[in-house]
Amino acid sequence: MAASMQIVTGNRLADGVVIYFAGAGEWTPAIDKALVAEDDHANALLAEAQVGLPPLPAVGPILIEITRDGDHLRPMTLRERIRASGPTTGPMAGHTALDANPAASGVDDYSI
Amino acid sequence: MYRYDDFDHRFIDERVAQYRDQVRRRLAGQLTEDEFRPLRLMNGLYLQLHAYMLRIAIPYGMLDSTKLRKLAHIMRKYDRGYGHFTTRTNLQLHWIKLEETPDILAELASVEMHAIQTSGNSFRNTTTDPFAGVAADELEDPRPYAEIIRQWATLHPEFSFLPRKFKIAICASKEDRAAVKMHDLGLYLHKNEAGELGFEVVVGGGLGRTPYLAQSVKKFVPRRDVLSYIEACLRVYNRYGRRDNLWKARIKILVNSLGPAKYAEEVEQEWLASDREAIAIPESYIAEIAAAFAPPDYDRSPVDEAALERAMAANPAFARWVRNNVHPHKVAGHAVVTISLKEVGKTGGDITAEQMEVVADLADELSFGEARVAYEQNLVLPYVRRDKLFTLWQRLDAAKLGTSNKDLVTDIICCPGLDYCGLATARSIPVAQRIAKHMAAKEDAIGTFNIKMSGCINACGHHHLGHIGLLGVEKNGEEVYQITLGGDAGHNSAIGTIVGPAVKSDDVPAAIDTLIGIYMKLRQDGERFPETYRRVGQAPFKEALYAPR
Repeated sequence: MAASMQIVTGNRLADGVVIYFAGAGEWTPAIDKALVAEDDHANALLAEAQVGLPPLPAVGPILIEITRDGDHLRPMTLRERIRASGPTTGPMAGHTALDANPAASGVDDYSI
Repeated sequence: MYRYDDFDHRFIDERVAQYRDQVRRRLAGQLTEDEFRPLRLMNGLYLQLHAYMLRIAIPYGMLDSTKLRKLAHIMRKYDRGYGHFTTRTNLQLHWIKLEETPDILAELASVEMHAIQTSGNSFRNTTTDPFAGVAADELEDPRPYAEIIRQWATLHPEFSFLPRKFKIAICASKEDRAAVKMHDLGLYLHKNEAGELGFEVVVGGGLGRTPYLAQSVKKFVPRRDVLSYIEACLRVYNRYGRRDNLWKARIKILVNSLGPAKYAEEVEQEWLASDREAIAIPESYIAEIAAAFAPPDYDRSPVDEAALERAMAANPAFARWVRNNVHPHKVAGHAVVTISLKEVGKTGGDITAEQMEVVADLADELSFGEARVAYEQNLVLPYVRRDKLFTLWQRLDAAKLGTSNKDLVTDIICCPGLDYCGLATARSIPVAQRIAKHMAAKEDAIGTFNIKMSGCINACGHHHLGHIGLLGVEKNGEEVYQITLGGDAGHNSAIGTIVGPAVKSDDVPAAIDTLIGIYMKLRQDGERFPETYRRVGQAPFKEALYAPR
């Protein structure tokens, strides 16, 4: 049976950007750089992500399940895929909170 | 429009200063998230999927051009250039940075706005008729009462920590355009046999997991006593309302577990024992507040109706817009205009900063500087001369605000759903967009039809009250949509009934088409969907929807 894989995600305190725990006290908006914990190491990863002097970088850190897709990490749930990739429709379709100057796409791409 | 007095200005400015310090302490690590969360929520700041979301209060949906321009500026400077009007007639900005929120609240305060009590277990925005003060079928303008309730309810010390949130709506017209019966407490202004004005009070409405319509608990409360009666309603709720279970904490659960008669009895006892005079509203105060909503200085010169008819004859798209989006006004020669925010294929309720500024300009030029927000997620210009309708439509159309679909099948109420909201279990916006595209060509033939959609059981999209309601849920990792039929808002309010198993996302537009096709086949003259549904029952709709294909 394939190992279950989890990463830690939260929202950046100052601006709410979706971020992922990359290990060694670092957080990143790039999901592919997230540190992956397999099986029963996940809770230890979540604990490690919450170590540090206040304020911690991420609000509401949680574990989410992912799969590997080549070099990429892909969240298992639709909710987390939308958090990672931005809304699926509307003026900010495909844009995340990180994008400083998003162009209005207006694309009705509702398949993720 | 009501203008802040010195007390209001000082209060809001002090609140911004308090909040600025709270944010500073949070960013400095002096407050934990658990400590800070209730503080930010009290100022309307949520954390959603992609970023912080600021919900800005728009008391009883009233806006003027100054506020519109300030909102456009905030949307452009601090967000992504657009905002989303909610079914509580508030405005949500979905891409907010915490560190900038004190500046945003200061900007709002400069135009007499704030985000207080757009969250939390207290009073939320009191809503009323978007046609208030101008509706041809109105008994009296309900806005002064909404404003008096706002003043009384803001940071009310006794009711700041209710078992759950509390929503009030007021109707003063023959037609209920505020969906009063879905509220925790509703007020219907009417006259008693002596010809005195007062309110029928209905309590215990609400949607969400357990939908109920509000029920009458007192047929007539004199205007002067309405605050003390609401206070008694709240005290009974505060005393007996459940705090042990989030899903059973709304007043609707209390009213329906006690029974409306028993609840009314408890309220009556509380009311009679209370110091009613302490918060009786003097006639002079009602008059003082009403003066802030005095009618504008209408241009009562004759309107060339023949010219309007010619413009409509020469331009079918304009004629269609007049038919669908222009409403009777109490003053001859004038009209109330709905600006639809439901352009087919776009996100319902969304508006760009540029569009907001167009509305501000048009409000200044053609509507005494005023605009309203309707709970259906549209805007209203309340004072338009009929001989300016063609100009108005051309300008709106150029700004992609001229959609002619008020109360048609593409005028879909829709929450932000899983594209933005942390509570949602399924997407709603893209599904609503696909329904609108699928049904647009048929909307004139269908006539009045209300589709309402929510992306979770909290029912921000009022799906229970849709002629067809859609509730998005996640099942085994897939988004599916539960369909309810026969819901209705207004005086004939009804909670829709679930028709059968949920349908897959891709199948929703065809399912809607099928259901509406049956309605069109079975309806009798003048029947709206809820009437047809009540007459013929669920069976023909269910058979068609689940027929093997």
